[in-house]
Amino acid sequence: MTSITARWLERDRRTLRVNIASVGDRVYGIVTTICALVIPALVVAIAVAIFAAAWPAIARLGLSIVTSSDWDVPGGHFGAAPALYGTLVSSVVALIIATPLAIGVAIFLSEFSPTWLRQPVGFLVDLLAAIPSVVYGLWGIFVLTPLLREHVMPFLRDTLHLGATPFFTGPAYGPSMLAAGLILAIMALPYISAVSREVLLAVPRSQREAALALAATRWEMIRDAVIPYARSGIIGGIMLGLGRALGETMAVMMLIGNSPKISASLFAPGYTMASLIANEFSEATNDLHLSALMAVGAALFLITLIVNAVARWLVWSVSRDRAK
Amino acid sequence: MRTVRSRHIVSGGMIALTYLAAILATLPLILILIHLIQKGASSLSLAFFTNGPSPVGEAGGGMANAIVGTLVVVGTASLIGLPIGIAAGLYLAEKRTTPLAYTVRFLADVLNGLPSIVVGIFAWEFLVRPIGHFSALAGSVALAAMMIPLVTRTTEEMLRVVPTSLREAALALGYPKWRTSIAVVLRTALAGIATGALVAIARIAGETAPLLFTALGNQFWSTSLKAPIAALPLQIFTYAISPYDEWHRQAWAGALVLIVIVLIISVAARFATRSRFGAPVD
Repeated sequence: MTSITARWLERDRRTLRVNIASVGDRVYGIVTTICALVIPALVVAIAVAIFAAAWPAIARLGLSIVTSSDWDVPGGHFGAAPALYGTLVSSVVALIIATPLAIGVAIFLSEFSPTWLRQPVGFLVDLLAAIPSVVYGLWGIFVLTPLLREHVMPFLRDTLHLGATPFFTGPAYGPSMLAAGLILAIMALPYISAVSREVLLAVPRSQREAALALAATRWEMIRDAVIPYARSGIIGGIMLGLGRALGETMAVMMLIGNSPKISASLFAPGYTMASLIANEFSEATNDLHLSALMAVGAALFLITLIVNAVARWLVWSVSRDRAK
Repeated sequence: MRTVRSRHIVSGGMIALTYLAAILATLPLILILIHLIQKGASSLSLAFFTNGPSPVGEAGGGMANAIVGTLVVVGTASLIGLPIGIAAGLYLAEKRTTPLAYTVRFLADVLNGLPSIVVGIFAWEFLVRPIGHFSALAGSVALAAMMIPLVTRTTEEMLRVVPTSLREAALALGYPKWRTSIAVVLRTALAGIATGALVAIARIAGETAPLLFTALGNQFWSTSLKAPIAALPLQIFTYAISPYDEWHRQAWAGALVLIVIVLIISVAARFATRSRFGAPVD
């Protein structure tokens, strides 16, 4: 008798435990799924909020928001072409400076560095990504800009006679497209070099050994056997750096001079889309101005989205090859 | 030109160039740190950590309110962002190949690459415009939105490293799935996840752009989530672009404090992983 009751009790307990377990599993599954859904929800919310807020300006001004260069707030003209131009030019300048350096560092770290140097140098370069952008801006205002104004710009223009080209002419004020491009180069460098280092390390040893066995020098091995293998991943890293540079706000706003004019000279001040928003958003008084700034934000959103998607795809295609 | 000798000279030259690239790439960091210490340390004083801002021309001002403000905003953002990010990471690690997992992973990368100013105007549109005033909470939400994708992705990476045999052992012992995930898998990867969390915190602690139209900044003491609040990066920005020398000095001191906070967190993150896995992972 007692043994039967005991058995019944035992069975009850067990089913109860199983039930608790399955309830627990269900709760756990629901909670993690909801948290995972937060990410798509955020992206959709950001896109909807910004495009909805931008719509009045887009409907009223059409494409002239990005094609016109007449930014006249009291007059109701909102042409952000100079900001679009500044965003692209400052980012391109940044990439031209940062790419060779970043790839050089990545090759150094993955191929030539003495073992004891690898960790500290890699760490220092990674740390560049940890420095807040406002600190870059501060350093840019008080150290980099005076240096450019007093030494670098006169040197480029007069000593190297680059003033003959349209890119290095005009007075050297300091705050300029060149200053913004330089600071962006420093900021994009760690992203490019981190991705490049990773894809270079993913190149199989056999690839290197084969090249060396064919009597290639160490540089020829890198150039002919390693880099071609890692090329799309490196390009992906450059695109990621580009994505960072395009959307960077604070440091650029503090260094570019914030002047809505298109000028071929890198010595002239300019504007970027992000710095335009940051500068004017809190002072926007009428609805159209606010909406136009939202439209600039929407354009920035789209551009960085495309650049990042391409970058991810390139990096992903390399890691997929590695997995094979 | 094609002789063996010249090829080796070219090779040596190119290798030397990569050494030069390494020197040039580490130079800015070293210069920035030197300037920060040079210009910042001389303006640091006890008053800097205990007083709020003083009017122009009056000595003894500090950034105590901004330091506290940053702690409040970043703390709130972490309270929102870390649990969501870690849970989403668990989802991605467990349901690795579902369509939702691919979508979430892709969109996390999209969100990660979004300019911070865009996140800022989004938070303004959602939490400032309808309510009618700036608030610390809006700033925290903006920072949390930047934090979630970062934490999600690092958590997923760290969970992937946990051997399947551990999970199977726990299940074989009769652990329900949820307890296996939390008490065995998550716990094994804890050091790595903590690193990811620290890196994310370090990153948002220095963010300025998302706070411009949300937390706004405040010259006075405030710790309320409903009111505008001061933050160290915002204060540095305001002072840096001001025309006053005294404020410039304060900006340098503030930047030194900010960078010390960020670097301590970053270095801690690196050592948290190293002790566990032998090599840093990030």
